[in-house]
Amino acid sequence: MYALQFRKLSLGYDHQPAIHQLHAEINTGSLTAIVGPNGAGKSTLLKGVVGILTPMEGSLAFGALSRANIAYLPQQADIDLSFPITVVEVVSMGLWKEIGPFGWLNKTNQVRVDNAIAAVGLTGFESRVIGSLSGGQMQRVLFARLLLQDAQLVLLDEPFNAIDTRTISDLIDLIKRWHVEGRTILTVLHNHETVRAHFPQTLMIARELVAHGPTENVLTAENQFRARQMCEACAGPPHVCGKSAA
Amino acid sequence: MIWDTILQPFAEYGFMRRALLGCVAISVGATPVGTFLMLRRMSLTGDAMAHAILPGAAIGFLVSGLSLIPMTLGGLVAGLLVALLSGFVTRMTSLREDASLAAFYLISLAIGVLIVSMRGNNVDLMHVLFGTVLALDDATLILLCSISSLSLVILALLFRPLVLECADPQFLRSVSGLSAITHFTFLLLVVLNLVGGFHAIGTLMAVGVMILPATAARFWATSIGGMIVTAVAIAMISSLIGLLLSFYFSLPSGPAIILVNGLIYGISLSFGPVGGIIAQLTTKQHIQI
Repeated sequence: MYALQFRKLSLGYDHQPAIHQLHAEINTGSLTAIVGPNGAGKSTLLKGVVGILTPMEGSLAFGALSRANIAYLPQQADIDLSFPITVVEVVSMGLWKEIGPFGWLNKTNQVRVDNAIAAVGLTGFESRVIGSLSGGQMQRVLFARLLLQDAQLVLLDEPFNAIDTRTISDLIDLIKRWHVEGRTILTVLHNHETVRAHFPQTLMIARELVAHGPTENVLTAENQFRARQMCEACAGPPHVCGKSAA
Repeated sequence: MIWDTILQPFAEYGFMRRALLGCVAISVGATPVGTFLMLRRMSLTGDAMAHAILPGAAIGFLVSGLSLIPMTLGGLVAGLLVALLSGFVTRMTSLREDASLAAFYLISLAIGVLIVSMRGNNVDLMHVLFGTVLALDDATLILLCSISSLSLVILALLFRPLVLECADPQFLRSVSGLSAITHFTFLLLVVLNLVGGFHAIGTLMAVGVMILPATAARFWATSIGGMIVTAVAIAMISSLIGLLLSFYFSLPSGPAIILVNGLIYGISLSFGPVGGIIAQLTTKQHIQI
């Protein structure tokens, strides 16, 4: 049973595909790392799944899920850290599905928020403004918000970038907990050691599919070399694609 | 003695009371909107929108002279048109919002000045650009108060999505479809308050009441609520002092009000406890948690 299926999917900006005719299937309950060289379209792929980008060609299908069941963690640069908002406020927004734009936080939900903050080890930081947090602490805040979103499909875009090793190992524990709970997890990662150690499945892309399957079969020197070549080949001026989407 | 100085102009002259009420209404309505403009790093958007309103108000003026309803409607339509067009261009082309907004407001401004100078004289142009706060009639006061009430209600309804749209727009887009509605309703509020403001202190000065108190409040408060309250208070005090200065020294009232705002901004910049210059120089670092 698949959670997510890419059907000859092309995604991109300004008529230039960053993902080109990707065909792959992500199993329900799988823990998958997305790897590939810079410019391979990894972040673009996640944006397509969330619905921020609409497919230029092809389509994507959600098995038993809908978009409402997705939690998405973009790269940190997208968050305005100078905005005067506190840790507890950011984390509470994980309950958006339940409280929406107008709902109050009742007692039960306040406890859930407190528990999520405790689960990422930030108890005591509730009323801190996000601008005063370190990179690792901010990432913990975002993971607490993900915990509350309680989604079946979790998408993480380079969650461990510029994060200290202790935080990384704490966050990996959370990811593994989600995996045990049967959620489907897709994570864009750069560090292949982390992928080998913790992620059973890997999807390697370089605008197109390079390889997909068990991590030890995908993360080979051969595949990595091929991925780099494919990316360099398409880094030049835009060209019209000869392949048909049909 | 000092109370006499402050109260007497308002006790004695009806036009001063009206001016104060008008300024308070603008402070209450426009300043919270300005706080969000600043937090969204759109401070200059307010300025652009103020220019964009001009041709609409000018066409209203052409049709029926200096009268309230045509000029208000004209300004509203022109402002919204520019906001929508630039939003549309941003979403459809590779031009960024600041550039497309700049393009439209400059065109709009030129049309506005052209229209006013074709028919009216310089005095009329000065009215539109700098307002007539000392000559507010009943209808204008009702309009100003309605706009600020409406804008407070909409802001309250929009508060949560708006905060998210500022702090983490990608998250808002991933959990709800309110992002675009929030953005355009917010622009509507900007235009609405600028149109209200231009009757009192003119299109250009109205932006001042929107942005200056908000930037000053940034140095006093750390929460959004705190910033809004501080900004409104600063705007009101500036209006009062500005009107008094304009009364005693016969200064034009719009610029007087904005300059008092500017003075408070300068004081905040220097002495504000949240990131003000002196606070930054004297704070002992290494706060332990």
